[in-house]
Amino acid sequence: MTAARAAPDLVCPAGGLPALKAAVDHGADCVYVGFRDETNARAFAGLNFDDRALADGIAYAHRRNRRVLIALNTYPGEARFARWTAAVDRAAQFGADAIIVADPGLLAYARATHPSLRLHLSVQGSATSYEAIEFHRERFGIQRAVLPRVLSVAQVAHTIAHTQVEIEVFGFGSLCVMVEGRCALSAYATGQGPNRHGVCSPAKFVEWDERPDGMTTRLGGFLIDRFGSGERAGYPTVCKGRYDVGGGRYYAIEEPTSLDTLELLPEFVRIGVAAIKIEGRQRSPAYVADVTRTWREAIDACVTAPDRFAVQPRWRATLGPLCEGQAQTLGAYSRPWR
Amino acid sequence: MKIPEFTLPAPLAALVAPLPRWPLAVALARALDFGVGRVVSAEAIAPLEGRCVRLTVRDLGVDVTVACRDGRFHPAPRDATPDVAIAATLRDYAALALRVEDPDTLFFARRLRVTGDTELGLVVKNLLDGIDLAALVPRPPWRMP
Repeated sequence: MTAARAAPDLVCPAGGLPALKAAVDHGADCVYVGFRDETNARAFAGLNFDDRALADGIAYAHRRNRRVLIALNTYPGEARFARWTAAVDRAAQFGADAIIVADPGLLAYARATHPSLRLHLSVQGSATSYEAIEFHRERFGIQRAVLPRVLSVAQVAHTIAHTQVEIEVFGFGSLCVMVEGRCALSAYATGQGPNRHGVCSPAKFVEWDERPDGMTTRLGGFLIDRFGSGERAGYPTVCKGRYDVGGGRYYAIEEPTSLDTLELLPEFVRIGVAAIKIEGRQRSPAYVADVTRTWREAIDACVTAPDRFAVQPRWRATLGPLCEGQAQTLGAYSRPWR
Repeated sequence: MKIPEFTLPAPLAALVAPLPRWPLAVALARALDFGVGRVVSAEAIAPLEGRCVRLTVRDLGVDVTVACRDGRFHPAPRDATPDVAIAATLRDYAALALRVEDPDTLFFARRLRVTGDTELGLVVKNLLDGIDLAALVPRPPWRMP
């Protein structure tokens, strides 16, 4: 039997205080959250934490020995830089256990101003090699990096073997085109995108039209999809639309699918993944509770008896309906053709 | 907790559909007013000011339209055009209210429809998701805050 290995941290999303409590109550080690502004990449209308909710949430988590990470993972640019550094200061004052940052200027500010504050390199930082991650460690002292969802398991293992930085990978949730920090599709269609405005496909540019024969989705006036009645829908993003290309109508950029890596869990533990991230700060407390409970159970089972680990049908039954689109995928992690 | 899947039988809808909407809208508006200041802050409902929201119970063939004016909810006039219209079955509304289903999950499955001002719909969803139900019920002294 294989010796028991350290369990990776389960890092769960929260768009509000009830979701944070749901994550803590169902076994998250860390909960990641954002302020109510463009300093984080889920700046959706009405979502996220005001000061009171954040103070309550951090106190709730800390009393139970869990950690709260604050995402400050958008790019301020020159004119707005002071607002973003103020957000770093706020996060430190609130007692965040770490901040998740993408912008190098902001990383430098945080390291210089709050030397004891843990820094996690956001997926928005798009560091896909150990060289890039080590650069961020040497220059800014990052303690953890969240890997973009473009690497195979072998590449993740190679990265882990060559850096002192803890590596966090995405385990579950909606996928996008995976050029995090560099995607301009939403900005092209609406003038606002995740990197600068913290929001992909802002709701005010989304138009759903229900007709007897189905539903059309428009973003910024662009028709991006049409769903037959009963056909499963996805988020209204440009990358997940169906377009007429070369005489055919199909998902020309990517299909709306969700990442589900439960079956890779023993591999993640074996190669020394430090943390597994669940996507979905825009989702509701019900989603957070279901996903957290399922992944907690799976991680515990995997660490206790890695050789006997098998994905339980009830885990799939819980997670399947929560998924966007028609399919779950292992994403880039599994590339047997390599 | 699981809520069984059900759709109300069509004959029931046929009975209910002709009934007047006004009393339902009044009841909903009063219930919402009761919640403001208790369950949600007056500040939190500011984005709803001057806006009109329609809820349709698909399997009952019933819709209720309320408008927010001066921080209070009122039944909207019969011919009012809602800014946002939300439609689901009674079972799915119950599942959302009890937080056993996630709205995005129902949306992906085409069971929750949002038409009109999508951002307003999102504000309503996030407003409801942000309500800390646990803080509304008295806590036994032996439970950690």
